[in-house]
Amino acid sequence: MTVTAVRKDPDQLTLTLDAEFEATPERVWQLWADPRQLERWWGPPGYPATFTKHDLAPGSRVEYYMTTPEGETPRGYWEIVESEPPRYLNIRDGFANEDGTNNEEMPGPGVMNVTIAPVADGRTRMTIESIFPDTATMEQLLAMGQEEGLAEAVGQIDAILAEDTVAGASR
Amino acid sequence: MQVAPPDFDRMFGALADATRRDIVRRAIDGEQGILELAGHYPMSFAAVQKHVAILERAGLVTKERIGRRKVVRANLEGVLMVRRLLDRYEELWRNRIGRMTDLLAETTTDQGKETHR
Repeated sequence: MTVTAVRKDPDQLTLTLDAEFEATPERVWQLWADPRQLERWWGPPGYPATFTKHDLAPGSRVEYYMTTPEGETPRGYWEIVESEPPRYLNIRDGFANEDGTNNEEMPGPGVMNVTIAPVADGRTRMTIESIFPDTATMEQLLAMGQEEGLAEAVGQIDAILAEDTVAGASR
Repeated sequence: MQVAPPDFDRMFGALADATRRDIVRRAIDGEQGILELAGHYPMSFAAVQKHVAILERAGLVTKERIGRRKVVRANLEGVLMVRRLLDRYEELWRNRIGRMTDLLAETTTDQGKETHR
């Protein structure tokens, strides 16, 4: 189990998770900084994410859309408020219109604080703090297809394992 | 792994006071204007506001401005809803972190064959 702690604060609408990985902070940062890697973990199985604009420099903007099983493509954006590779990211995470501009009719944005720090034995701790402005934002983000069932997650793990085998054989 | 227990302390703390229990009871019966509410208790308006603020922080009531009127509503369901939403978010991030772990394991396995770019 890589998730080492979970804190929930219903009064502040805040969720905090600590996770530990067998990797360097630089490698963990790449999961966020490389859009092709980001696409492999942001969306749940059946709801792939496609990042059409991606830059983690402070003040820049990231644009993405999800593809639902019904073929809909809800859009989102990140505003990179602060960024200190490979240690810290502060992101405003909101809904976007078809043209990528902020969708002012939707609730949000939420805030994500990502902290990456080395711990003992070459491991790295990543802390995600997710702060929501209201429950409507939480509902909408979940409805956007960022949620998944356990069965689907198991399916995804099988797919990655199968892919590994294929990748190993082709190299 | 530590999972935070439900914040019963704050809720029970808020409900440990007779005036606050009475405010919640009235709010359950129907929305209460904060001014009318204050009229029920032998204390200052500011003191009643303070009680309402404590209940609000505990997630037991919500305060809303309707025109010039401030009303207080019971939010027992709200506490449960927020908790359920946070639970679903926790699940979402646990799954994401699971996929991150898989991705990292992949590159570790690949390191013998090629350097990660």
